[in-house]
Amino acid sequence: MSLTYLEAIREAQYEALRQNADVFLYGQDIGAFGGAFKATKGLAREFPGRVFDSPISEDAMVGLAVGAAIEGARPILEMQFADFSSVGFNQIVNQAGTQYWRTDVPCPITIRLPSGGTPGSGPFHSQSMESIYAHYPGLVIVTPATVEDAYWMLLDSVELNDPVMFCEHKFLYYHLKADSLGERSLPIGKARIARPGRHATVVTYSAMLHEALKSAEELQLDGYQIEVVDLRSVKPMDTDTILASVARTGRLLAVGESFPWGGVTAEIVARVSAEAFHLLDAPPMRLNSKDTPIPYHPNLWKSHRPTVTTISDAVRRLLRY
Amino acid sequence: MQLSRQVEEKLGSLYRSGGRIVGGVYLGKGQEAFSAALGVQLVGGRDVYGPLIRDQAGRIAFGEPLLDCFRTYLGTATGPMRGRDGNIHRGRPKEGMLAMISHLGALVSVVTGVLFARRLRGSLGDTVGATSIGDGGTSTGAFHEGMNLAAVEKLPLIVSVANNQFAYSTPNSRQFACEDLLSRAEGYGVRGWSVAGTDLASCLKGFRAAVAAARSGSGPQMVVGRMLRLGGHGEHDDASYVPEEARFSHLGQDCLMVAEKTLAARGLASAEVVKGWEQEGRKLIDAAIAQAGREPLPDPYRERWDALSTSHLVEGRSE
Repeated sequence: MSLTYLEAIREAQYEALRQNADVFLYGQDIGAFGGAFKATKGLAREFPGRVFDSPISEDAMVGLAVGAAIEGARPILEMQFADFSSVGFNQIVNQAGTQYWRTDVPCPITIRLPSGGTPGSGPFHSQSMESIYAHYPGLVIVTPATVEDAYWMLLDSVELNDPVMFCEHKFLYYHLKADSLGERSLPIGKARIARPGRHATVVTYSAMLHEALKSAEELQLDGYQIEVVDLRSVKPMDTDTILASVARTGRLLAVGESFPWGGVTAEIVARVSAEAFHLLDAPPMRLNSKDTPIPYHPNLWKSHRPTVTTISDAVRRLLRY
Repeated sequence: MQLSRQVEEKLGSLYRSGGRIVGGVYLGKGQEAFSAALGVQLVGGRDVYGPLIRDQAGRIAFGEPLLDCFRTYLGTATGPMRGRDGNIHRGRPKEGMLAMISHLGALVSVVTGVLFARRLRGSLGDTVGATSIGDGGTSTGAFHEGMNLAAVEKLPLIVSVANNQFAYSTPNSRQFACEDLLSRAEGYGVRGWSVAGTDLASCLKGFRAAVAAARSGSGPQMVVGRMLRLGGHGEHDDASYVPEEARFSHLGQDCLMVAEKTLAARGLASAEVVKGWEQEGRKLIDAAIAQAGREPLPDPYRERWDALSTSHLVEGRSE
């Protein structure tokens, strides 16, 4: 059996619907049509009355989910593209994110965000929103990079009694495959050493994990052993695992696909600088996309995001210091 | 509605005397009839209510204890918001009263969501949900999205629209271009009801019919009332932008005085009886303030400082 990252997301939703009658799915075109990416294919038929097509109203979709969660349901929302969640931003950060803190009533909703760039998608179908949402209190932000994590972390997200922004990467949807879904292993909040090493640490998450791993392969040919940390969830961020890795290597590069101003990579560098300055043998570095909207043409797009080449270049600079 | 007026007069005087109330005070003077008329149609503990800024009367009618009001305005640790949020941003969601956020229109879809989950779980029965908005709030995208979604889902939602002529300082003419906000209902495929916002009898009649229609499965209902806000946006605002002629117009009538006259004229309650209610109300208010005033204020050293209910995912906590 071989399963793609996208199929794992579909399977997790199947399982969540099967396990818990309080789970329902709400989103644009996700019913009989099965979703723009087919992440809910067949689920409306298999779970009648629990998978709903919504109007194009991201604000009201999130509001509805918050209300349903107050009443004890556990909605999974699909934003057709992460980019469009900006229309529901207010309900996400001000309604869902403050609900528990203000009223003591938990808000168990999972918002699936098909995230990140793919060639030809352009400025409004390519965004990575994890840094934006991580900035706000009251939200859990998960960023699975593997088929297994896509499956298990989605199930974990639905079980959490807090709002979860589930950032699933579209670039991984079809070509990332696994032979099985494995076992439930690490919980949300724990990072994973995706590749052990001793010369430098690359901390990353989501699709950039695979670019970082390829870069580590490439650098291996030059005799460098690069440790790659997969954050899995950017909030909470597993600072302990990052610090332990930096203690081993003395060098840090944080890589993310989102825009460069502030954000997850800046947070990693800030934490390591503040808490492990004495462990560093070189100034910590970060690598993000360029500070422009995300371009449409593949020639431009490939240069906009971090790639194996730019990651390797950055690591070499780090190693040369 | 009378108790509401008294509560709010007390809040106003506490605000002006300074010190005890932290933050602003937002009152519903002139809208009590409209707000209470909805509140009395709802069944506290069963129906869902998402009151807005000028709904002290509706809150009382729904069954919110006066203590919740004063505890929240004083910011005590004992109130439902425990000093984390204040004034009108209070509620008890598990008891059917939602706590508004400041972003207008946002509650429409949240109340709808509660009803949606009830239908999904088979517990909807003949319960309804209601929320309020003002003339200004109807201009927001959230209001439009929420109304449309509730209509598509055909849920028993009542939306009361208090057109009090001014959104903070902005008059209707700079807020919307349609003749009457009632015409928006038709656009959403929602039944609209028009009531005279200054006349309790008209408000009661309209809300009774609208809530009954929602309960019996006719989908969302929108009730529009017109009146004048008889005060500022908040107590910090002298409302000097409201022209003289508006104050002395039909819309500028005080709904409380109109109601008192109606009660007397119909032989339902004499001025003496009303006076008795007032005295009773004063006792309730004094007792609630005295109690809230003795209670502890929030303590930053005891505060948990966690925004997640899953405590092991709160960053910086070592438990």
